[in-house]
Amino acid sequence: MEDPYEVLGVKRDASDDDLRRAYRKLAKKFHPDLNPGDRQAEERFKAVASAHELLSDPDKRGRYDRGEIDATGTERRPDHSYYRDFAEGRNGGRYHGGDEEEADDFNDLFENLFGGRFRARSTGGGAGPEIRMRGANRRYSLTVDFLDAINGTTQRLQLPDGKTLDVAVPPGIEDGKVLRLKGQGDPGLGGGPPGDALIEVRITPHPFFKRVGNDLHVEVPVTLSEAVLGGSITVPTRTGPVTMTVPEGSDTGRVLRLRGKGVPAGRGGRPAGDQYVMLKVEVGPGADDAELKAFLRNWAPGHAFDPRRKLGMAP
Amino acid sequence: MIITLNELRRSFADLDAAELDRWIGNRWIRPEGRPGAYVFHEIDVARVHLIVELREMAIDDEALPLVLSLLDQLYGVRRQMKLLYKAIDAQPEEVRQTLLVAVRANAAPTDGADADPEGDGA
Repeated sequence: MEDPYEVLGVKRDASDDDLRRAYRKLAKKFHPDLNPGDRQAEERFKAVASAHELLSDPDKRGRYDRGEIDATGTERRPDHSYYRDFAEGRNGGRYHGGDEEEADDFNDLFENLFGGRFRARSTGGGAGPEIRMRGANRRYSLTVDFLDAINGTTQRLQLPDGKTLDVAVPPGIEDGKVLRLKGQGDPGLGGGPPGDALIEVRITPHPFFKRVGNDLHVEVPVTLSEAVLGGSITVPTRTGPVTMTVPEGSDTGRVLRLRGKGVPAGRGGRPAGDQYVMLKVEVGPGADDAELKAFLRNWAPGHAFDPRRKLGMAP
Repeated sequence: MIITLNELRRSFADLDAAELDRWIGNRWIRPEGRPGAYVFHEIDVARVHLIVELREMAIDDEALPLVLSLLDQLYGVRRQMKLLYKAIDAQPEEVRQTLLVAVRANAAPTDGADADPEGDGA
């Protein structure tokens, strides 16, 4: 226990008035309720209050001065809860805003923040603190056609509030990717910047193109004579139909490559992909052709071939 | 813990009963219930302590309402800040980072119209 005279910062011959003045000065400085953020204030205030308690009682002060009691031997002011322990709690509202006082700026802060209604604040009045906050982000979903996603496009997004956003979809975007449009979210509060629009891209499947990494795969049917004799066929690519040559003696499953016809080259040094064309022989109405049947009956293949045995389907 | 006016008077033996009534009449202390059937919560008891100690600091009846009003505003703001901290703390990392960036951007000193006219800017 510190010397009570030292605690109060007074001389040993201090008058009652000196003591009272010293106590008031220190109490105003250290009272816990006047220092809500300072956890040490309570200990300092208790020391000041105990010292004052002891010295303001002439009898105790005399006994202390004669060395009959020490500072710890004095009656301590009983501990009590401080106002600050409750004022910030659930009941604190009873002494703030709910009675005589006008509802202030902060009272509707929470309504504004969490009710989603942003009240425009005038910046001219200057009364009370100004709340500046960035607007919330908005999430949207955008469905993009398969080839538009490969080639890149600009697509208009209709917003629930009737406005529209033109969304630049970069070439080669993948399903599920999120595009961020800066400043296209909710408006900011009190002059704060607006939030962003976050747009999740959904890509519709294509009837014959499949994407594998940066390559495109397509299955192209050919006739029996195109397969056997070879020839020029037209195949779809991401940029439109192109002519390609089927080599003589091609079979179902043969894969031809169109270099650079996959996903275009993109950001981060991504090289362009290729398009792979897989041939699929389709006999078609020729399967019921009398002339073809007659030919095949008389045809003796140069080498025996059992496609099922090759796959292990036949003994 | 809820106590009645008589229990409150007993725990403040040094305090004149009429004085306590006057504080309630002035709305410095705001118990629940009606006159004759007041109930006091812990916050009310702590507030009586506070007023007793403010008076020991020579805060008189003229200054006391001003001090209480300023304290009430301070604690009101602190209470709401705590709610806000709690809500922010419960957000995903991404949201907290976004808020942090926005707060820092707004806290940064600015020139021109946004500058605090009382700041020692130049």
